[in-house]
Amino acid sequence: MSSAEKVQAHLQPQTPSFAMLRTLGGVAMLSGLLVVLAFQFTKPIIEENKRIAIEKAVSHVIPGVVSKKDFLLSAEGLFPADGDKTAKGEKIYAAYGANGELKGIALEAAATGYQDVIRILYGYNQDCQCVTGIKILKMAETPGLGDKIAFDPDFLKNFEALDARLNGQKSGLENAIVTVKHGSKREQWQIDSISGATISSKAIGRMINESGQRMFPLIIKHLDALRIGQKG
Amino acid sequence: MSALPNQQETVTLDTFMRGLWEENPVFVMLLGLCPVLAVTNSTMNAIAMGLATLFVLVASSTLVSLLRKMIPKQVRIATYIIIIATFVTIVDYVIQAISLDLYNALGAFIQLIVVNCVILGRAEAYASKQKVGAAIVNAVGMGVGFTIALLCLGTVRELLGAGTILGFQIFSNNFEPWVVMILPPGGFFVLGAWLLLFEYLKQRKEQKLLAAEGATANGS
Repeated sequence: MSSAEKVQAHLQPQTPSFAMLRTLGGVAMLSGLLVVLAFQFTKPIIEENKRIAIEKAVSHVIPGVVSKKDFLLSAEGLFPADGDKTAKGEKIYAAYGANGELKGIALEAAATGYQDVIRILYGYNQDCQCVTGIKILKMAETPGLGDKIAFDPDFLKNFEALDARLNGQKSGLENAIVTVKHGSKREQWQIDSISGATISSKAIGRMINESGQRMFPLIIKHLDALRIGQKG
Repeated sequence: MSALPNQQETVTLDTFMRGLWEENPVFVMLLGLCPVLAVTNSTMNAIAMGLATLFVLVASSTLVSLLRKMIPKQVRIATYIIIIATFVTIVDYVIQAISLDLYNALGAFIQLIVVNCVILGRAEAYASKQKVGAAIVNAVGMGVGFTIALLCLGTVRELLGAGTILGFQIFSNNFEPWVVMILPPGGFFVLGAWLLLFEYLKQRKEQKLLAAEGATANGS
């Protein structure tokens, strides 16, 4: 420090470190308090919103749902989602009609689309062994092109009864679900893509096939437990 | 802390109006353009983003102004950022509570209000030097100015890009939407057009003023 600077420092009173600590500490505490208050206040409302969003999506992909029950399903077995905390598995939503009969199962699936990961909820009917509907939960596809997967009526018609029968050994799908070029759909397990949104359409086909190959055999295996789910 | 104690200004209508027109954060100062361009693809998003920013701006300006004598110069930016981040987090929760669809549509841009330079700029250049009343009025003006600017972009982009405003159909079904308006380039086009309009109005006003001065000078 030169002598001139020393004089300067002497003339301008230095801020004591204590003042800095006091201000930063005080502001940080105030900040923490406000954030916790806001979190506590909004938490139940946000959870309620999420629950309603899931219920809406489930009733969108499975027609005629009255109530639903959440399960965790994996190769180890089927567990109620609100029961054993240590149980691991993929979350599935069993949907029941007015008389407690199993209307279908809603599952989540995800795959990379054109921009980002696309997440969907789709319905599976155990009686026809087919997909009964899809609902996009999250996507960032190009507006006007890729985002048509969410509302294009011709595309969504693919999923009204998409064939997903199991093979003889009940270990996977008889026919892999594939997305085909626009206008060349021949079979019930094929998805007719949207022209101009090929990558997004293919992502949907890929994620349903991947999730179905893994989950549908497990669902059929635990079908009895799922059927009594609501009553039991 | 300030060496210039005599900068306090009295609260006038101008304190409020400055943010709307003369110093409009978007159209004049060109600040905070990231959310301006990114989330104005629909009117609803523009309104939500504008109001969220308005709230954070007013709340943080108030607190900064209240604490202005206690904040040492060396740690002022850090303090401002903590204050701004607090209110942004609160807004983040509140928007999730209001509507998850809206929250998903706005994406990361709610959290990014923290680094919106309009807010930090107000805290540094105004709120930290002024009394609470003036700081609040000025922040409300700036926030409203920012919201109006977002609306200007949002309505035009939604109208041309989807043929709707707030989801209501405006044009007939024969209208082919200009999809590019909803995409990022549309944001630049519309912002450019608005800036052109504002600059034209400003120049015309100045020329009129000059002409009037010239006339009086010749007349005398």
